[in-house]
Amino acid sequence: MLRLYSKIFKTGVLTEKVPKPPSPGIGVAEREEAIEQVGRALKGIVDKRFRGSLAIRQVDAGSCNGCELEIHALNNVYYDVERFGVHFVASPRHADVLLVTGPVSRHMEAALKRTYEATPDPKWVIAVGDCGACGGEFGVSYASCGAVSNVIPVDLAIPGCPPSPLALLQGLLSLCGRQ
Amino acid sequence: MSVDSLTSLRLKLAAQDIDNVSSVHRFLSPAMVLQLDARDWGKAAEITKSEHWRWAGIWAEDRGAELVVNACLEHQGSYLILRTLLTPERAILPSQAPHYWAADRPERHIRDLFGIHFEGHPDPRRWIRHQAWDENVFPLRKHFAAAGTPPGETPPDRDYPFLKAEGASVYEIPVGPVHAGIIEPGHFRFQAVGETVLHLEERLGYVHKGIEKLAEGRDPAGLARLAGRVSGDTTVGHTWAACMAMERAAGIEIPLRAAYLRGLLAERERVINHLWDLGALCNDVGFAFGHYQFGRLREQWLRENQLHFGHRLLMDRIVPGGVAVDLGPDAAGTMGRSIAALRGELDELLTILDSNSSLEDRFLGAGVLSTELAAALGALGFVGRSSGQTFDVRRDAPYAPYDRLTFNVPTESQGDVASRFWVRYKELRVGLRLLEALLEGLPEGMVAVPWQIPPEGAEGFAAVEGWRGEILCYVRFGAGNAIARYWPRDPSIVNWPALEKLVLGNIVPDFPVCNKSVNGSYSGHDL
Ligand code: SF4
Repeated sequence: MLRLYSKIFKTGVLTEKVPKPPSPGIGVAEREEAIEQVGRALKGIVDKRFRGSLAIRQVDAGSCNGCELEIHALNNVYYDVERFGVHFVASPRHADVLLVTGPVSRHMEAALKRTYEATPDPKWVIAVGDCGACGGEFGVSYASCGAVSNVIPVDLAIPGCPPSPLALLQGLLSLCGRQ
Repeated sequence: MSVDSLTSLRLKLAAQDIDNVSSVHRFLSPAMVLQLDARDWGKAAEITKSEHWRWAGIWAEDRGAELVVNACLEHQGSYLILRTLLTPERAILPSQAPHYWAADRPERHIRDLFGIHFEGHPDPRRWIRHQAWDENVFPLRKHFAAAGTPPGETPPDRDYPFLKAEGASVYEIPVGPVHAGIIEPGHFRFQAVGETVLHLEERLGYVHKGIEKLAEGRDPAGLARLAGRVSGDTTVGHTWAACMAMERAAGIEIPLRAAYLRGLLAERERVINHLWDLGALCNDVGFAFGHYQFGRLREQWLRENQLHFGHRLLMDRIVPGGVAVDLGPDAAGTMGRSIAALRGELDELLTILDSNSSLEDRFLGAGVLSTELAAALGALGFVGRSSGQTFDVRRDAPYAPYDRLTFNVPTESQGDVASRFWVRYKELRVGLRLLEALLEGLPEGMVAVPWQIPPEGAEGFAAVEGWRGEILCYVRFGAGNAIARYWPRDPSIVNWPALEKLVLGNIVPDFPVCNKSVNGSYSGHDL
């Protein structure tokens, strides 16, 4: 047990600040400042609009599983997405946001629609990855519906194959910041 | 292939009156091809079984006037492909599933996609087909357009005839396709009494996105990209297998430096996935400490992937003819240091995990896959190696760069979750040693050679050891550098049935950790 505690103390806190998407012309110092602002802003929005907690239901609707790996990484000690009041839930009934990956396989079409219907209003849908955004390598075929927006309404797409945890976090911030 | 095992097999076949075997072809080197009459297909499997050949996979191809069916077998590192020809009008073949368990689902997959009927197959139910296409049209027949017919909404697969639970106090738990975590979709149907699992039935195919059909007509670079997305966590493994098969078809030899770099990428993929699963296994038994520690180490390695190779998960780094990235002059130094650092961390974590009896409590004796069952199923990778199956393509059917390296293949025979945990831990350590050897021996030279268009009809076959186990791949070229057929076989296809068996008699709450200890890919299975 002592070893366990000592390992925990030795490891320390690794959680990192979140940079804003880099915009040309902004220097490092300003970006650092911007991070703080975005962090505070997000926390503020989550506190006010979502009563301190933004619940996400992740739905794999046909992905290669690459996107899931990076979504998982959001929970590792470096990103620790829960510190912003953002957490992943097991049921769509508890969710504010659906985070959907994949080109939607036709075999998942009905399940995705039902998950969407089971999510209470108001709700947001984020399509994750190139596949979710536009169908990616798979596109539309006899077996695939392509982009998530071909099946349910989408509020935001986060492209990338797969998008990095940072890109996911920035997408989340930008969605929540919308008026 | 050893001449002996093949000669003995041919004699056995002849003794059973299977003498219409056409000469042994070398064109799918290093595999040998034996062409048989369709009527001898079942009997041949019976004979190979008695000669201890492992059944590894089956694929078919529509070549217009004929349907070609191939079954792949392996024995002591030699690969054999049985081939037979059918006509589209008489697409009937004796099933090999009565002899080999592993053939059950792959034959159903072929029936659903090609309309080939396997006579004597023990399970008449559909498998990969849910409702996305009509029962009587077959997407992998050539005249089926990839776009399909403009569909309305695809209905859910409601009336799949699951085994029914009967008897007092037996109840049923349906789970999925949408699972409660961040995980791929599939359906599990449990029958239980109290907390004890009596029966588990998997229903997969939910993420079938038509990969085999989408491959048709692609150029080699396009196929490599698609192969890298068969299963996102095995992007290196599948891309390597596809490129190796294409290179063999085109008669291309890649530079040795490229082979070493491919080895580096593959071992990094192995390390990262094993780290992830070790953490996830800890998480599934409520040991958050392990989850965070292994997750931390994995993230460090993902960042190093980005730094040295330009992609966290290493997608699209392997290309036909070689690799797309080279290492800078100081990469070996920094990577060497992080290998040493990870080894130190693993030593420290090992001591902590070892002294944690609650972990042992949950892992030991959970989800046992016996040695006999693993052999009967043909279990692969760390699942097989935790149940006494020693096969590892890198060592037993070596390819560059592994043919130049010596390393051990950790095995256990207890077959429980603990065995699968420790085999992975040890494989991780072997991976670190291999990475060091690869960095040390990294030869100078080019990292890719130009592509050469292969002649129409050129075929290639490859087997590589992905982090989950043996990955197989077959490609055939059509005219003008376009792929006519791509068949990837992820080890998950073979290992999924093992999960149904090893969970029996365990309690329902142990299912997540049993499942994670196998960690089959859904996408790689569903294709
Ligand atoms: S975007 Fe890329 S990583 Fe994500 S599901 Fe599609 S292919 Fe996989």
